[in-house]
Amino acid sequence: MAKMYLLSNFWLSADNLQTLQDSFLPLLKGVLYYTIPLTLLAFFAGLVLAITTALFRISGVKILSIIARVYVSIIRGTPLLVQLFIVFYGFGNLGVSFLKFSPFVGALIALSLNTGAYASEIIRASILSINKGQWEAAESIGMSYFQSLKRVILPQATRVSIPPLSNSFIGLVKETSLASTILVAEMFRKAQEIVATTYEPLLIYTQAAAIYWVLCFILSLIQGRIERRLDRYVN
Amino acid sequence: MLEMNHISKSFGNLEVLKDISIQVDQGKVIVVIGPSGSGKTTLLRCLNVLERPEKGEVTIDDQTIDFSEKLDKKTIRELRKQTGMVFQNYNLFPHLSVIENIMEGPVTVQKIDKQQAREVAMRLLEKVGLGDKADVYPHQLSGGQQQRVGIARAMAIDPKVMLFDEPTSALDPELIGEVLQVMKDLAEEGMTMVVVTHEMNFAKDVADEVVFMDEGYIVERGAPVDVFENPKEERTKRFLNLIQQ
Repeated sequence: MAKMYLLSNFWLSADNLQTLQDSFLPLLKGVLYYTIPLTLLAFFAGLVLAITTALFRISGVKILSIIARVYVSIIRGTPLLVQLFIVFYGFGNLGVSFLKFSPFVGALIALSLNTGAYASEIIRASILSINKGQWEAAESIGMSYFQSLKRVILPQATRVSIPPLSNSFIGLVKETSLASTILVAEMFRKAQEIVATTYEPLLIYTQAAAIYWVLCFILSLIQGRIERRLDRYVN
Repeated sequence: MLEMNHISKSFGNLEVLKDISIQVDQGKVIVVIGPSGSGKTTLLRCLNVLERPEKGEVTIDDQTIDFSEKLDKKTIRELRKQTGMVFQNYNLFPHLSVIENIMEGPVTVQKIDKQQAREVAMRLLEKVGLGDKADVYPHQLSGGQQQRVGIARAMAIDPKVMLFDEPTSALDPELIGEVLQVMKDLAEEGMTMVVVTHEMNFAKDVADEVVFMDEGYIVERGAPVDVFENPKEERTKRFLNLIQQ
């Protein structure tokens, strides 16, 4: 009997197909309305934070470098789930209306802070990987620090940072599922809701997993394209 | 035109330049020779403040920098705009095409109109014999070609002085000649040049003055004939014997 039940779950019977079909649209909505916007916004906010933090670290200005180190240390040293709870439940409970975030904004803040810290190390390493001679060549034609950075160093560092940043980005897609714990109606939250009514955890969660996989697969393809484009100036 | 007065520079406890003074008149070529570790590259790098000496002055044209004073970055940038630097490893910008490499200084620093900068860059590129390579990337060029682009890039900011830091040391022997020829042409056009090199024939042919450095001092200087044919100092003789073997 138990064996039969297991099989019925794997078998794409008409019933199961119907369940999958019914759940697809709600899940897709979760992806389109929450998972993708949350990923994109958090990634770009995180990237801005990461570049700023990386520049702070290498600025040679002690106070800036300390700020950057403390930020990275706190974020890397604590679980993302805990960060989400502190931002949403913790800050929300302070009684300050300014810090009472909606689930989406709370998740966005926590995910951006998280991405920013990890990506800052990627960016810092990429900048440091560029030969010192490039800085000197830029300075020798009269460029300022920021001109050198913008015109010479960052374009080259970008190429170096694409593979590890893609990793972060793909990781972020999946981390948005944690936002379900603070009531963001993203795809995984939707999946949980559907399971609550259909009692088909294996089917629905596998479907959710498949959708995550497809998203990440598409991102890998995009990564490959970007890498090939940026590789045109090296052998 | 270019003067360096009483320059001293240390890396930690190691004093690499000990109270160095040189003068270069307009349109003259000065070649600095010496064993490795003698401080000749550091001397060159002090001229455009890629190294910051502790003491002394550098004057280019009518701008003087006194290194014992606190310097703001703008003053340093102003000085750098008067000098064009050619590096041993070319240090071309790999993400930019050849013509973009040359246009970078004029467009980004001097804010010259792109079209105009392109024309100037094209002329320079033709001058170094690479008019047909404008749109390729540096890695598609040989070392000698890359270094000629390096020279064109340095020339593009219209410097008063050109500085060459062992420009042929990273090159295969058969590629050295084409770079030296470009430098020779520049000298003949009246460019003021300071060249650090191991190419003694270039020094003999092109230099107005040869400076021999060792252990952070200028040991001997003079016209190439004098330094090469009749060196006065024992150390100069030893060095010349060594490299002529």
